[in-house]
Amino acid sequence: MYTQGLNQAVEEGGPEDAELLARFQAKIDREEKIEPNDWMPEAYRQTLIRQISQHAHSEIVGMLPEGNWLTRAPSLRRKAILLAKVQDEGGHGLYLYAAAETLGISRAEMVERLLEGRARYSSIFNYPTITWADIGAVGWLVDGAAIMNQIPLCRCSYGPYARAMIRICKEESFHQRQGYEAISRLAEGTAAQKRMAQDALDRWWWPSLMMFGPSDAESPHTARSMRWKIKRFTNDELRQKFVDATVPQARLIGLEPPDPELRYDEESGHWRFGEIDWSEFNEVLAGNGPCNRERMAARRKAHAEGAWVREAATAHARKQRRRTAMAAAAE
Amino acid sequence: MADALTAAYALRLGDDALILSHRLSEWVGHGPELEEDIALANTALDLLGQARLLLACAGEREGRGRDEDALAYGRDVLDFSNLLLVEQPNGDFAQTMMRQFLFDAYAVALWPRLSASRDEVLAGIAGKAAKEAAYHVEQSAAWVVRMGDGTEESHDRAQAGLDLLWPYAGEIFEADEVEAALAEKGIAVAPSALREHWQARVGPVLEEAGLAPPEGAGVRTGGRQGRHSEHLGHLLAEFQFMQRAYPGARW
Repeated sequence: MYTQGLNQAVEEGGPEDAELLARFQAKIDREEKIEPNDWMPEAYRQTLIRQISQHAHSEIVGMLPEGNWLTRAPSLRRKAILLAKVQDEGGHGLYLYAAAETLGISRAEMVERLLEGRARYSSIFNYPTITWADIGAVGWLVDGAAIMNQIPLCRCSYGPYARAMIRICKEESFHQRQGYEAISRLAEGTAAQKRMAQDALDRWWWPSLMMFGPSDAESPHTARSMRWKIKRFTNDELRQKFVDATVPQARLIGLEPPDPELRYDEESGHWRFGEIDWSEFNEVLAGNGPCNRERMAARRKAHAEGAWVREAATAHARKQRRRTAMAAAAE
Repeated sequence: MADALTAAYALRLGDDALILSHRLSEWVGHGPELEEDIALANTALDLLGQARLLLACAGEREGRGRDEDALAYGRDVLDFSNLLLVEQPNGDFAQTMMRQFLFDAYAVALWPRLSASRDEVLAGIAGKAAKEAAYHVEQSAAWVVRMGDGTEESHDRAQAGLDLLWPYAGEIFEADEVEAALAEKGIAVAPSALREHWQARVGPVLEEAGLAPPEGAGVRTGGRQGRHSEHLGHLLAEFQFMQRAYPGARW
């Protein structure tokens, strides 16, 4: 669902062939795609592996807070929508792992890095889904913020990632509309439903703004990622775009973002918002968010309990191959 | 026009799909492998789609103004008419896939036949369900074979699942006056007519998997008449929570 890896440092590798590097950059400048077999600087490869795998991990971990409401959805229609959505997230994960594998890393290795705590996923999924309204808020705000990040990735210089993102963005924008529709229904409902909706906005607003990552001043690798066309807009530009799109949506249905400093700036045409509490962001990133431990425990448990299943499949496939070979030999 | 028999029949089939879908949805996000997670969600979604059509049909034939949600969220245990098999807990992946296979083998026998029903609505639903069930049984049968044939541990787990669930399979072929009357009119499929097809599907798969049904296991029934296991009440407590906590609210 979202990529937080954009600003993570990857050390520049040793001296690389200047001519290859120039040709690589020229190709990117011509808006041509870099494909798996093309030469690429090691730092480009590692940046993408990190970013795409974090994106994939986010999809998978993101299934947990939403899955939390699958068994309690308030109507059969809502249950069907949520099931389809969570299934889509799993599909995105699969897609993205496959895109990352084209860079020379296996899915097993990526999953191992996640389970060992060496790879990250989007911090937003370390927040709990306490009421049904949170399912609406996640679709509306979290997927909404994700789309802002992801639409430019459809033009990312790395071909397999860009192509994966085209399909993912289509589904995410559908999810965003479904989420907004779900929370709109609450906002026009009973007093209890309205309370639930406003409470969800209160809790998800700031974490959603944090999804765009640190402000540009704190984001030293933005310039290189932009030069490589992995990234097309800065964190602050995308965050502003999100706020501009979302504030009117909230007000349209009678909800108010929890920011007393929020005001419309006629001159610039932008919504100005208050200071983000980056200490909270850093705490969640450091593993101290409300659900960090639960999310990782759930992933580790599923992986550990699935071990015998995966072994069974491998053993059966091996036996089948042997049987086929023996049958062929007997002929 | 109210038609209590067809309503009851559609409700039985709808409850099967609804409860099994719910059980599968409990897995989502926790599957043994990403592909299986997606497959479990997909099967759950197919079954939920079937359940919605069947419950809507049941509500219409009943003629008391109950829609799919009123039927799904407004009834207590005694009024649910699903097979006991589908409400059994997930257990491990072996238990889940064994439950699925025993059910899918029934579904692929039922739906193509019901698609020739003289009731056009049921026939239409059955036609759609038949296509979905064909995929489901392919998936669940493949896992039964993989687990039975795979490792010692997977074999033991699959056999334990079969031992546990086999007694619930007999209920599939039970009929009372509802099925009997409707089968005579060409509206329902007589459950007894499915046994042979079910066995023809289950037998070879178990054999290939090296698994054997338990001997003298008895038969557990009662679901069609609302006599359920202890598990259904807990399932409904979770499933119906929102509608119970906020009566009358629209979602």
